[in-house]
Amino acid sequence: MITLSHYIVLGAILFCIAVAGLFINRKNVIVLLMAIELMLLAVNTNFVAFSRFFGDVGGQVFVFFILTVAAAESAIGLAILVLLFRNRSTINVAEIDSMKG
Amino acid sequence: MNTDLLQLICFYLFAAVAVIGALMVITVKNSVHAVLSLVLTFFSMACVWLLAEAEFLAVALVVVYVGAVMVLFLFVVMMLDIKQEVVREGFIRYLPVGIVVAVVMLVEMLAMIGVKAMHAHTLGPNPAGNSNVAWLGQALYTDFLLPFEIAALILTVGIVAAVALTLRQRVGVRHQTASQQVEVQATDRVRVIKVATEQMASVSPAPAPVVDPTQENAK
Repeated sequence: MITLSHYIVLGAILFCIAVAGLFINRKNVIVLLMAIELMLLAVNTNFVAFSRFFGDVGGQVFVFFILTVAAAESAIGLAILVLLFRNRSTINVAEIDSMKG
Repeated sequence: MNTDLLQLICFYLFAAVAVIGALMVITVKNSVHAVLSLVLTFFSMACVWLLAEAEFLAVALVVVYVGAVMVLFLFVVMMLDIKQEVVREGFIRYLPVGIVVAVVMLVEMLAMIGVKAMHAHTLGPNPAGNSNVAWLGQALYTDFLLPFEIAALILTVGIVAAVALTLRQRVGVRHQTASQQVEVQATDRVRVIKVATEQMASVSPAPAPVVDPTQENAK
């Protein structure tokens, strides 16, 4: 029998892998964007599981909105990435420091 | 075979594939392989969502993510000329801290969830009844109508912003301006010059069609 904890633990594992990916891939913005997508997937899994568990449609509606925003976010993120590569010829995070933040 | 047991086996299978795919996303050298691994992860997670009987969202995940977002990622990865060696620098250096942070976070999360205590909670009957789509659509078009419209607006803003960011005007490139080409009149291109017949002999070459210099770019 699949229980609630199965889904939550799976979400936690995916989220931690994504966090590790953010730490490891310091040079590649594309992999960083993909790690963010992975994090959103993990969170969505939790939403789906709890929506099913509590019988509340709100969780699944929220997943729908997260998917929408994530699609827009990745489209704009990739557009910025293309722009960055065109101007700087690099996607290395360490070299993108022109704002000196 | 028992249906519950079969579901559990399927869950472990899909979850294992998803976790392996996620690990490959963050570790493989080639960015294209990373994107394809992410596709695998999304697909397995869609199967896991199907097991939770969230059918609409599982299909939406495949259509939106695998069909659109991941293809966008693939386009960008293939378009950019990325040097693999440079990209891989510092991988070994940051590997220990990455693993430590991830493991500590995972242990904290599992401790907080209380796996043992929550193991008693089975998912119970499907609240959606027969149709998950009807259940979701009923909520989406009544209680969540305004957020739904705003989501559409966000997508529109996203597409406009993405186009506006990547659009560029190159200087010094000759390109067609269709409106100018359509609007052009015969008198703009050819000027008929009346030449007196007795002077024909002195004007040796026939007068070439005079091209308006402002229209030259438009050709």
